[in-house]
Amino acid sequence: MRYKTRISIDILFKGVFKTTGFLVLALLGGIFAMLVYNSISFFLDIKPLDFITGMEWAPTAKTPKYGMLPLIISTTFVTFGAMIIAIPLGIGTAAFISEYAGSRLKNILKPAIEMLAAIPSVVIGFLGIVVLSPGIANIADLPNGLNALNGAILLAIMALPTIITVAEDAIHAVPNAYKEASYGVGATKWQTLRKVIIPAAAPGIIAAVMLGVGRAIGETMTVLMATGNAALIPTGMFDSVKTMTATIAIEMGEVPYQTTHYYALYAIATVLFFMTLFANLVGEFFINRFRKYHAV
Amino acid sequence: MKTKLSAENLNISFGEKQVLKNISVAFAEHEITALIGPSGCGKSTLLRSFNRMHDLSPDAKINGTLSLEDLDLNSKHVPVTEIRKRIGMVFQKANPFPKSIYDNIAYGLKINNLPCNKEVVQKALEEAYLWDEVKNDLKMPATRLSGGQQQRLCIARAVALRPEVILMDEPCSALDPVSTLKIEDLIKHLKKKYTIVIVTHNMQQAQRIADKTVFMYLGEVKEEGTTDEIFNHPKNEMTANYISGYFG
Repeated sequence: MRYKTRISIDILFKGVFKTTGFLVLALLGGIFAMLVYNSISFFLDIKPLDFITGMEWAPTAKTPKYGMLPLIISTTFVTFGAMIIAIPLGIGTAAFISEYAGSRLKNILKPAIEMLAAIPSVVIGFLGIVVLSPGIANIADLPNGLNALNGAILLAIMALPTIITVAEDAIHAVPNAYKEASYGVGATKWQTLRKVIIPAAAPGIIAAVMLGVGRAIGETMTVLMATGNAALIPTGMFDSVKTMTATIAIEMGEVPYQTTHYYALYAIATVLFFMTLFANLVGEFFINRFRKYHAV
Repeated sequence: MKTKLSAENLNISFGEKQVLKNISVAFAEHEITALIGPSGCGKSTLLRSFNRMHDLSPDAKINGTLSLEDLDLNSKHVPVTEIRKRIGMVFQKANPFPKSIYDNIAYGLKINNLPCNKEVVQKALEEAYLWDEVKNDLKMPATRLSGGQQQRLCIARAVALRPEVILMDEPCSALDPVSTLKIEDLIKHLKKKYTIVIVTHNMQQAQRIADKTVFMYLGEVKEEGTTDEIFNHPKNEMTANYISGYFG
């Protein structure tokens, strides 16, 4: 090919890739701008502080109340519950696959876990209604089992494949030299795993957990189906909850266009956006703290 | 001199491949023995068999006797952690843990339920000629040290457990000449307290530090003797060829 043609192709593709790169930025900026723009319309009516700290969410009452505290607490309950279940299970499974399982078991487990990720969220929601809900109702002697615990268990199942896969990669990537060094001073397998391998893999494990948190906070369909959707401040895991995502999904379809209620849903989305942003920043912070101990 | 560490009729194979063939060799107490030979001759395999590093490879088959004084190292009844406490190891590439300098030493002590305080850590670092360079930065990540310092830290980590034998697998191969000299100095100084077996590719290094030298070729011990004998009056033709650089 002639030199000039080659150069112009080079320039062309540089432009193309630059465009796609900026397109992603533009999308992110656009979504954020849309959220903020619509939220501002809401905050012209309702003070931000009243919105965040309001104890009651009743946008369709005679005198509408836009307090999103019950929703924030609901989301927090479900997410925390899910993580309490999913983090030990996920890291344990990842450690087992990477350090203990034989190659044959590994070859079964890994694809099985990836299949778990392929189950649509609506199917997991079914599971919550049909299996978990009666189970929880039975054990805890409740009229039904559609509550925060149900949602937490389902979200844990959904977050597990992400946590396991990413954490397993991180554990697997720990240099053999660290393990040899640890065995060399007389450490057992468990001591090596707990004190050397997991700390060395910590950045990856935290990233895995953060991805899991992101998944749990943002998940909509499953929690909508399984948590009962009562917009009240929950007092325990056996209370029905209405998460922020479920609120938006349920109410967006019925709300009159460009009313305060309509804008309120955007405001919820903005808060949700900042919550996930915060989760990511915390993750980044810890990743950097552990990274400084690794070879440059 | 009293024999500290020995192998008798040792055969090791990985899967189908036999790596060590009928090795019988003895290492005397408070001496430095160098294992030399071309790549793939089984030096490292032999070295690693003494502290049971082959336990980690499921396809390794070990036959023969390995002993540390009267202790049968190959016995299923002897806990491998106990063996590794008594036989320390320094690896080819310095492998400090991604922890602070202090914690790198403290780790082995804690694992083995040995007393762990600043004095013990300081003593280990002093013995490894590293204390003066790091005494003000004990909390610094060990990975920020230079290559030579990292390797001395690894030696300090091994020394901290007060082992009887220290195995060294080409400890200087990744280091510059100055760091290498420092480590050789250190090794010579350590032999007063420990029995040292060192694998090396560097003929000059073997001559500088080793009391005895063992020449291995294709999984067999071809010749062993004092370093002077091996390098100046080799009996085996292969040894002579190898040390003069005809192959390897």
